[in-house]
Amino acid sequence: MPAPHPDDAAIAVTDLRKRFGTVEALRGVSFTVRGGTTTALLGGNGAGKTTTLSILLGVLAPTGGTVHVLGADMRRHRHRVLPRMNFTSPYVDLPKRLTVGENLRVFADLYGVANPRARIAEMADEFELVSLLKAPYGNLSAGQRTRVSVAKALLNGPEVLLLDEPTASLDPDIGDRVRTYLEQYQRRTGCTMLLASHNMGEVERMCDDVIMLRAGQVVDHGAPAELLARYGRVNMEEVFLDVARGRGEVHAGAAAQEVVT
Amino acid sequence: MTPAASIVARLPQHGPLAFVRRVGALVRRHAYLLLKSWPRIVSMAYYPTVTMVLWAFLTLYLAPKNDFLRDAPGFFIGAVLLWDILFRGQLGVSLTFIEEMYSRNLGNLFVSPLTLPEFIAGQLTMSVLRTLIGVGGACLFAWLLFRYSIFSLGFPLIAFFVGLLAFGWAIGLAVSGMILRWGLGAEELAWAAIFLIAPVSGVYYPVSVLPGWLQGVAYAMPSAHVFEGMRAVLLDGTFRWDLLRNALLLDLAYLIFGAWSFYAAIRYARKHGLLLQMGE
Repeated sequence: MPAPHPDDAAIAVTDLRKRFGTVEALRGVSFTVRGGTTTALLGGNGAGKTTTLSILLGVLAPTGGTVHVLGADMRRHRHRVLPRMNFTSPYVDLPKRLTVGENLRVFADLYGVANPRARIAEMADEFELVSLLKAPYGNLSAGQRTRVSVAKALLNGPEVLLLDEPTASLDPDIGDRVRTYLEQYQRRTGCTMLLASHNMGEVERMCDDVIMLRAGQVVDHGAPAELLARYGRVNMEEVFLDVARGRGEVHAGAAAQEVVT
Repeated sequence: MTPAASIVARLPQHGPLAFVRRVGALVRRHAYLLLKSWPRIVSMAYYPTVTMVLWAFLTLYLAPKNDFLRDAPGFFIGAVLLWDILFRGQLGVSLTFIEEMYSRNLGNLFVSPLTLPEFIAGQLTMSVLRTLIGVGGACLFAWLLFRYSIFSLGFPLIAFFVGLLAFGWAIGLAVSGMILRWGLGAEELAWAAIFLIAPVSGVYYPVSVLPGWLQGVAYAMPSAHVFEGMRAVLLDGTFRWDLLRNALLLDLAYLIFGAWSFYAAIRYARKHGLLLQMGE
């Protein structure tokens, strides 16, 4: 993949490396995410998705390489762009004894939302949280917490949204509504989304591009339709299995041979 | 394409107003927690009050037989209340940090526009509030039960408050850094760390009673200068500016060290990916 130029993309990652002791979690990851698109980071457990997202957010320092978001070097100037970004992850919680409304208010103030009450009401309406605003966050079900987390991630109208399994724990109905909202939000605002997910249906539906990671390296990338064609598969789940089990190169090679012949 | 910013108006993100707003958001977060839990508020004042009552009864018992306590009946009560400013000041910083770790909220905070100085300012503000609640409750009971008013110290009380609170902040920041570095297994440090310096702070006795080598250690602590100053006010009726100056200069040095320790722990956490993993 050619080295991306930071100015051309909403997110530009170049030769990203991360080592934890003797373990190389990322081994020269490079990719770009075009503004206004949704890109999936796919890979099995330990492939480097969460490590990549953590570095993008600035909560994990890379061993090497650079990350630019909206043109800002995240190692030096992340506070310039953090107000324009947000993220959600099932691995990060909100204070459990605060109510949903209180949690959203705190984050609205942290992100400098000009009219927090109106925005919280809007988000509560969108994600069916109105009746939960006065409920302690700790009393919510896993699915309700996920909705609160997504609402928190959209409070500030982010221009770049990092989503780590955004619909985990949601039933199909609510999961579908969250995906629909995210799609509409993107159409309305031109938000750039980077999504780490194990839900291949979600990836096929939402993503313009897919970056396949294995063992800390980008092993393939392309639009979902391109990947399906390249691997000769009918859905992204099969492509995912090919890549995760190291069969990606075989199919990619076979596809290339077919093209040649 | 409509830029995302246009659908949600955002307030300015830089400058003193943004700083105050984000610190205020952190304070709001902890105030929500405190205000909805009366046991939390009571527990903040409980320990200082019980300790104060113990020393007050000891004073009542000893005063008739002791010239020293007859001349300065508020000596022990004043000492224990000032000691609690230091203790509560430190706990206010450490417990505020531990609360974020328990709730696995550090990840959300550190990916928000909140800067590290703002995070620290939020901890320090909460420390002041917790100290005022904790020590304020004990002061109230000291007046109600024993007719002793800490305000009888006059202006020096403000100087002692600042001198002790700043030292508490420094220790609290260093302890927070250690908890971040070694995890919640090191939580006990939040409660125990301060007692390491208690014997050399000369809370209830002058530094001169310590062995010579330990006096040097004592005078390296801002708290020893503050308590020497308290004794000068209570026993001699004089305010020692030299002791205040020493205390404040040492406070500054310890605050720099405390902040550096915390920054170093955050750097370590960023390097090892602890900020998104920390929790119960």
